[in-house]
Amino acid sequence: MALLEVKNINVYYGKIHALKDLSLNVDKGEIVTLIGANGAGKSTTLKTLSGILKPRSGSVQLEGDELTRYPAHQIVTRGMIHVPEGRRIFGRLTVQENLEMGAFTVKNEQLNRTNLTKVFDIFPRLKERRKQLGGTLSGGEQQMLAMGRAMMSNPKVLFLDEPSMGLAPVLVDSIFENVRQMHASGMTILLVEQNARIALQVASRGYVLQTGSIALADTAANLQTNEMVRKVYMGEA
Amino acid sequence: MPTKFQRWKERITATDIVMWFIGFALLVFIILGSILTLRAGRYTPVQWFDFVIYGLAQGSIYALVAMGYTLVYGVLRMINFAHSEVFMSGPFTAYYVAAYFYRSSLLESHPVICLIIVFIVSMTISTLIAFLLERIAYRPLRNAPRLIPLITAIGASFTLMYLFRGLYGTGFQAYPVWEIFSGKWALFKGLEIGKIQVFVIFAAALVMVALYLFIQRTRIGKAVRSVSEDKEAASLMGVDIDKTISVTFIIGGAAAGAAGVLYALVFKQVFFMMGFIPGIKAFTAAVLGGIGNIPGAMLGGLLLGLLESIGPALFLDGFNIAAPYQLKDAIAFLVLVLVLIFRPTGLLGERLAVKKA
Ligand SMILES: Nc1ncnc2c1ncn2[C@@H]1O[C@H](COP(=O)(O)OP(=O)(O)O)[C@@H](O)[C@H]1O
Ligand SMILES: [Mg+2]
Repeated sequence: MALLEVKNINVYYGKIHALKDLSLNVDKGEIVTLIGANGAGKSTTLKTLSGILKPRSGSVQLEGDELTRYPAHQIVTRGMIHVPEGRRIFGRLTVQENLEMGAFTVKNEQLNRTNLTKVFDIFPRLKERRKQLGGTLSGGEQQMLAMGRAMMSNPKVLFLDEPSMGLAPVLVDSIFENVRQMHASGMTILLVEQNARIALQVASRGYVLQTGSIALADTAANLQTNEMVRKVYMGEA
Repeated sequence: MPTKFQRWKERITATDIVMWFIGFALLVFIILGSILTLRAGRYTPVQWFDFVIYGLAQGSIYALVAMGYTLVYGVLRMINFAHSEVFMSGPFTAYYVAAYFYRSSLLESHPVICLIIVFIVSMTISTLIAFLLERIAYRPLRNAPRLIPLITAIGASFTLMYLFRGLYGTGFQAYPVWEIFSGKWALFKGLEIGKIQVFVIFAAALVMVALYLFIQRTRIGKAVRSVSEDKEAASLMGVDIDKTISVTFIIGGAAAGAAGVLYALVFKQVFFMMGFIPGIKAFTAAVLGGIGNIPGAMLGGLLLGLLESIGPALFLDGFNIAAPYQLKDAIAFLVLVLVLIFRPTGLLGERLAVKKA
């Protein structure tokens, strides 16, 4: 059985049917990517998994535990963390405090220290800036902080919503290098991206989302060579 | 190609010019008044010293109450107009305990223990009222348009006021006097300092420091700050928003309950509308310091207290205005108007947001 199993979820915004019978799964140790155009429902999917939105029907199970019945803040405790679109770090808290907020549900001090070391290994910049207010960081640094903060919750699965958004190409490469490092340190990641090219380079499997439903599911290698994916999502003629 | 000046000119409206004119006139008035007062030399240095001490004592009470406004504004982006009744409910209830202590002579034999109990009772009641207020009146409106909780707050303010009027009556009740706070300590060269003022300043400072450390250093304090910034992101970190909002009302309520006893000790009376004026003053202080900003509320409170106590003599006496001290409320509200015109973000408010923009 997969670590995270999403089955036939239907999500509505009022009358708008945003996710239609969406199913996907993530195994332990994988990077799985969910690609799709702007407005396809990628963020909606992650918000539903992390409990900000409630599906009208369908199930979300982590190791067999049905999560749709919990409010968002209790889902964190059960091992899923969401790095939201636009980073959403706390600008008036210091970098250190932001990381402590990531560890809000972790009571084990020993574990917190280990995780903090891991975070600082991957993001040495955060260590240099730990006394600075989050709001004073650059866009790339804020993305690092958002990812580091999420790692502090000691998750079983980590959701990343468009880490490349609004970053210069050089920074995008370095952020994805960080994603690889996070994966190497043992994280299981569900990565949402509009930038299909780079997402498929780090992921092992991928789903293509089109107006709220899964259009394609395959290994990253196959998706990279798929005609439709190349045309529509990688901008090739 | 418009010049910088032309573009600037386009953004300026007639209202702006009128506002600046009013502001400028007030500034001239204040400076002129101060010069005239100081030249006339009607007040001795000892009197100025007294003004400062009274102002600081009054200001620390405002600061404590302002903290409640600012904390709640932080997490809910609303002005809790019923906070003035949270401030009234504690000391008014504790009055009955104090009166009992007085009648039974316990107050005379064990003044400190009695005082502590009065504080505990007042803070408990204010905290409870604040907590229930949020649960009953505000929580169901969490996702309503912003005007609705604001109007509810005004309604809640009157409801509480008249609830306590019904409970305890319409009269002024004379708060028992603690002998330990009567009189003054002589300093040097004729300077004296009221014992009660010293107590108020120290007690308020103690509560403020405790509150500040709680917000800055503890896990729950960090949760409060993160909820103030971004509720959704906070819940994604595992923060229970409802619980955190309750905590915010609880600490605001406790501070108001403590402030209420200090107020009752200084003015030696309580009644059901006692929260109204200090409530608006504390709100003014919170706006002055920058609503949502905790150090701002402290600073705003102290500044407002000082302005109120020094202002009438300094700004108005020079013009030979009769009984300038009666105009202290006018000064406080003038401050509110001026802040809203010239620096709507307050002294310390939202500096980061400005930088981001
Ligand atoms: N809060 C909302 N209210 C109404 N519709 C929304 C809301 N958020 C997103 N939508 C709609 O749902 C669809 C999916 O949005 P989203 O999940 O943000 O897409 P993506 O992240 O793939 O760009 C879009 O059509 C969008 O307009
Ligand atoms: Mg999105």
